[in-house]
Amino acid sequence: MLRFVKQHMETIVGVELYPMVSFLIFFTFFVGLIAYVIMMKKGYIKEVESLPLTEND
Amino acid sequence: MEMEKFNYDNEIVRKFIIATVVFGIVGMLVGLTAALQLVIPELNAGLQWITFGRIRPLHTNAVIFAFVGNGIFAGVYYSMQRLLKTRMWSDLLSNINFWGWQLIILSAAITLPLGITTSKEYAELEWPIDIAIALIWVVFGLNMLMTIIKRRERHIYVAIWFYIATFVTVAILHIFNSFELPVTMLKSYSWYAGVQDALVQWWYGHNAVAFFLTTPYLGLMYYFVPKAANRPVYSYRLSIVHFWALIFIYIWAGPHHLLYTSLPDWAQSLGTVFSIMLIAPSWGGMLNGLLTLRGAWDKVRDSAVLKFMVVAITCYGMSTFEGPMLSLKNLNAISHFTDWTIAHVHIGGLGWNGFLTFGMLYFLIPKMWGTKLHSQRLANFHFWIGTLGIVFYAIPLYWAGFTQSLMWKEFTADGFLAYPNFLETVTQIIPMYAMRALGGTLYLIGVFVMVYNLMATAKSGSFMKNEEAEAPALAPKYKPHAGEYWHRALERKPMVLTILAVVAVSIGGLVEIVPTALVKSNIPTISSVKPYTPLELEGRDLYIREGCNNCHSQMIRPFRSETERYGEYSKAGEFVYDHPFLWGSKRTGPDLAREGGSKLRKPNSWHYNHFMDPRTMSPGSIMPPYPWFIEQDLDVSNTAAKINAMRTLGVPYPEGYEDQAVADLNAQAEEIAADLAQGGIEVAANREVIAIIAYLQRLGTDIENEGTEEVVSNP
Ligand code: HEC
Repeated sequence: MLRFVKQHMETIVGVELYPMVSFLIFFTFFVGLIAYVIMMKKGYIKEVESLPLTEND
Repeated sequence: MEMEKFNYDNEIVRKFIIATVVFGIVGMLVGLTAALQLVIPELNAGLQWITFGRIRPLHTNAVIFAFVGNGIFAGVYYSMQRLLKTRMWSDLLSNINFWGWQLIILSAAITLPLGITTSKEYAELEWPIDIAIALIWVVFGLNMLMTIIKRRERHIYVAIWFYIATFVTVAILHIFNSFELPVTMLKSYSWYAGVQDALVQWWYGHNAVAFFLTTPYLGLMYYFVPKAANRPVYSYRLSIVHFWALIFIYIWAGPHHLLYTSLPDWAQSLGTVFSIMLIAPSWGGMLNGLLTLRGAWDKVRDSAVLKFMVVAITCYGMSTFEGPMLSLKNLNAISHFTDWTIAHVHIGGLGWNGFLTFGMLYFLIPKMWGTKLHSQRLANFHFWIGTLGIVFYAIPLYWAGFTQSLMWKEFTADGFLAYPNFLETVTQIIPMYAMRALGGTLYLIGVFVMVYNLMATAKSGSFMKNEEAEAPALAPKYKPHAGEYWHRALERKPMVLTILAVVAVSIGGLVEIVPTALVKSNIPTISSVKPYTPLELEGRDLYIREGCNNCHSQMIRPFRSETERYGEYSKAGEFVYDHPFLWGSKRTGPDLAREGGSKLRKPNSWHYNHFMDPRTMSPGSIMPPYPWFIEQDLDVSNTAAKINAMRTLGVPYPEGYEDQAVADLNAQAEEIAADLAQGGIEVAANREVIAIIAYLQRLGTDIENEGTEEVVSNP
């Protein structure tokens, strides 16, 4: 996929840095996010997901 | 722990609900009128204020910012107070938010029919209104963030994340897209030109869909669906991934709106890739919504609220699948500029936004008035006729888009266009337009039934202006226990979350904008492309005033079927003086980028007669007549100021040219008037029609003049 993006950008000097850098940021962020979500504690989830239901109205 | 007593502000929610319903009806009625005008062009009754080009933006602005906008505020103000167990921070700000927003809507309803517009889709409002929008939006955001700070609930539920992301991103989008240079109180030129303007505009347009029509409504979904089903969301983990993935990826997908146009290839490809990736979080979100109802489908059968929500979420899934598909080059080549796009957005608009709003209203009103829904049967009727309306709306338009695209592209065995007359491809689909209007009518009938039902419901109950509640105060110092992850700490700090959301959306925006802004070689200059003459510039402003760009594109794509029909494909360098760009997004009429070029050029008299009554020149045309062009004098009082403004923006008019501009304008106008007189048409040279003809005759001529000497009197 990156190759597909890259081949079109060669006309502009240095421009390939932009999508590269951002893709890397994006990628690391997601790996981190998934890891975090998997490690979330059950008890916490129970508490937060019931917030719309526990309101006193 | 000591309980604190407080009140939820229901009054502000009620106000926004009323505004949602009222402007929903208004916006849809205007849409229906526009739809009918495509079948019966006479429907504007000869009034310039309600011609198609002027009311289409009125319709889109009304349904997006007035109907959905007020719906967002209603839902956010209701759910946020309850999720945070506190009243809104400031009643004053809540009310400024409400009345300010309604004033903005009112000013839109006045200015757009008057032709006061920037022409940039979904950002048509002129600069003073843009400033007002920014101010009111900040009021909303401030009120929201302060409410979060003084909350009584430690954890911030995912719906509120969506609200925060909505606030910050819409603010960024609005500010960047509204860079414009004021010429008068009611007229401005976009800071950007041509390709760059288009890039910013669709970066905005796409993300307005994402962050105005999607993220806030996802927040509402994550609150109201569990609420109505009385069970927690299917997977809270998934909702977190949904949130970050969505705001991170969405912002990247802007360039796909310009596929096959003059955008640099790399930006197009980048947009496509990210659009495809968008399917994953969107569908994750859809499944999360639907699976919340797993094992509770019996409830869905009995509850109109849930029925509306199920269809809304399904439509969300459909349009977020179709969207990325449409960004594929092959499919986009077929769908772009046709009514396919219109069908696509209405699955989202009527299905996702409309039905989720209705579900929310059927839920809220009995609750806030402390009573039962007046009639489940009427609500069910609304559900079915609304669903039928969506079907009758969308299917004919998909068909129309597909048909028209095929006709545009069809060649005979000898290699000629099978339908060289564009109009043939229009008359073919008029029955589809009629069906679509029927679909819209059905949908609207449902809305009226809902209004009756909700009013009867309200009558049978009594409204609780302030709803009493109690909750323990938040302990001022919270000690995170061992093993708590960073994210949970972060999630309790709204400001950090806000800043992170800004960072996430900024990266995508920057990556897209910066290269186009900095790298000049992106847009090869063409030496024969010259600034417009003053008369052409005024003609261009008339084109903007009338919203011709709502029916005509100015962007010839590099396909044989297009170059055969319109001439050489459009080059990025041809638009360098176009503040704003006028590429358009839909071809109800033919492309006009080379209307003055050798292939399409017509006599001045043809245009004159065509404006008087298009059907004399093109029998069966659905273009509205513009007789007022012939009756009204061209306003040249701002011509000099316009030249100055353009020069400030980098258009190379010589220093001091503004003093000569009106004289040049008159001279060119006299020439056209004299030419018309030769053909037996007597019209004063100071009429608007002269300017718009001058503009049309200029279009596409520059690159044909390559190599010719510069004309001295032509700046
Ligand atoms: C409701 C949509 C609609 C609007 C609004 C509209 N047009 Fe058209 N226009 C059409 C259609 C359809 C045709 C093709 C049939 C015909 O020639 O009338 C057309 C044809 C044209 C043509 C002839 C193009 C050619 O090469 O055959 C010109 C020029 C034109 N329009 C200019 C304008 C201008 C200028 C405006 C704004 C003042 C405008 N149109 C507004 C729909 C529209």
